[in-house]
Amino acid sequence: MTAIQNYAAPTSLEEAVQTVAGGGTTLFAGGTDLMPQARSGARTFNPLLVNLRRIPELRGIARTGEEIRVGALTTVSEILGHGLIRERAGILADTADCFASGQVRNSATLGGNICNASPAGDMIIPLILLDAGADLASWSEGRVTGRTVPVADFFTGPGRTRMEDGEILTGVRFPVPREGFTARFKKFGTRPALDISVVSVGIAGVKEDGALRDVRVAFGAVAPVPLRGRGTEAVLEGQVLNEAKIAEAVEAAEREVSPISDVRASAWYRNELVRTLTGRLLRDVM
Amino acid sequence: MSCKKEISFTLNGRSVTVTIPVDMDTLTMLRDELDMTGTKLGCGEGECGSCTILVDGVSVNSCLMFAVDCDGREVTTVEGLITDKGKSILQEEFVNHGAVQCGFCTPGLVMQGTYLIKQDPGLSEEEIKRGIEGNLCRCTGYRKVIDAIASAVKKTNAAE
Repeated sequence: MTAIQNYAAPTSLEEAVQTVAGGGTTLFAGGTDLMPQARSGARTFNPLLVNLRRIPELRGIARTGEEIRVGALTTVSEILGHGLIRERAGILADTADCFASGQVRNSATLGGNICNASPAGDMIIPLILLDAGADLASWSEGRVTGRTVPVADFFTGPGRTRMEDGEILTGVRFPVPREGFTARFKKFGTRPALDISVVSVGIAGVKEDGALRDVRVAFGAVAPVPLRGRGTEAVLEGQVLNEAKIAEAVEAAEREVSPISDVRASAWYRNELVRTLTGRLLRDVM
Repeated sequence: MSCKKEISFTLNGRSVTVTIPVDMDTLTMLRDELDMTGTKLGCGEGECGSCTILVDGVSVNSCLMFAVDCDGREVTTVEGLITDKGKSILQEEFVNHGAVQCGFCTPGLVMQGTYLIKQDPGLSEEEIKRGIEGNLCRCTGYRKVIDAIASAVKKTNAAE
């Protein structure tokens, strides 16, 4: 185990990206994932421990033109209670409402939920539905530079992302959903509170003349990464929902997920849940 | 051995300065470094709520929080609910309703209840149930706890 040699709590984004520029860092905000992972030995610390919680540029929820930005340090509680989110991107608040417990929601940040990169990370599913991009900042050629990676493409495996050493996730941005946008999230666990999803499913689209357009489907805990369901989307795109179409979508959903058996459920059961939840959400949207 | 850091923060209204390993959790700091043992270690992974404290007025699991992150902040533990007038209204109601059996989950439930009432003085029974979903009691269940919080809601409003 590597001992932590240094600790930093930068108070601006510029200071933060300079601090992490050399790599070899472990970043934290709420600590709700890192602390138990470190204690159990599932994760070891790198030599430089960086507390991101004091960086003002990582805070806030705001609309700029046709885009909504949510800062990485926004807690799940803040998302749950935010007027703009509830009004224009209610699916984020609906999902936040299923997240862990009050105490954990008060600590856990949106950025942390993304960077922990759990295939079961709840908040990732609505971000995929909203076509969100993850904003990354780093220090390059004497200034703060940035790039944006679509949340749907951000993950490369359990606990792994496209974020590189020296980068910090500053927030997410997504287009303000247009009129008629409807979205649903359903997570299945053994109890309503504090459960890690056995399976989660999200479905979104814009209802126009009875048909569903710009369909987005996402699955949690059924693949090595939170999965955008492009196959299921293709079956549904532009279609009028009826029982036959839903049955077809359910088949497509099962084809594109690849669940494993673990302590929470067997692969067989997860497949059944994907079918059941996908069907249920589509009937609800219909 | 991890590096250490000196931090200063307000604990139950008093400023404290303590030097702690940077990977220490807040619960361990409170109990082992500051001898504030009212806050309990149940599961150590954020599932049980026994370690609930308020940080800047917001309830959190102290077992999940890096102690270094307390730097400059305001921390309240169950010990901090006692004032010159004695127990808080909610603490009184826990006693009046017998909402304690072994007592291990009680400090966490009292802290979460304190937070819930402060957030929403008009708290309904359903909201109380929802609000304490992160606190586990393995003795007796939640009925008396819910009654105690509901009663404190009434008395808090009557007192204002």
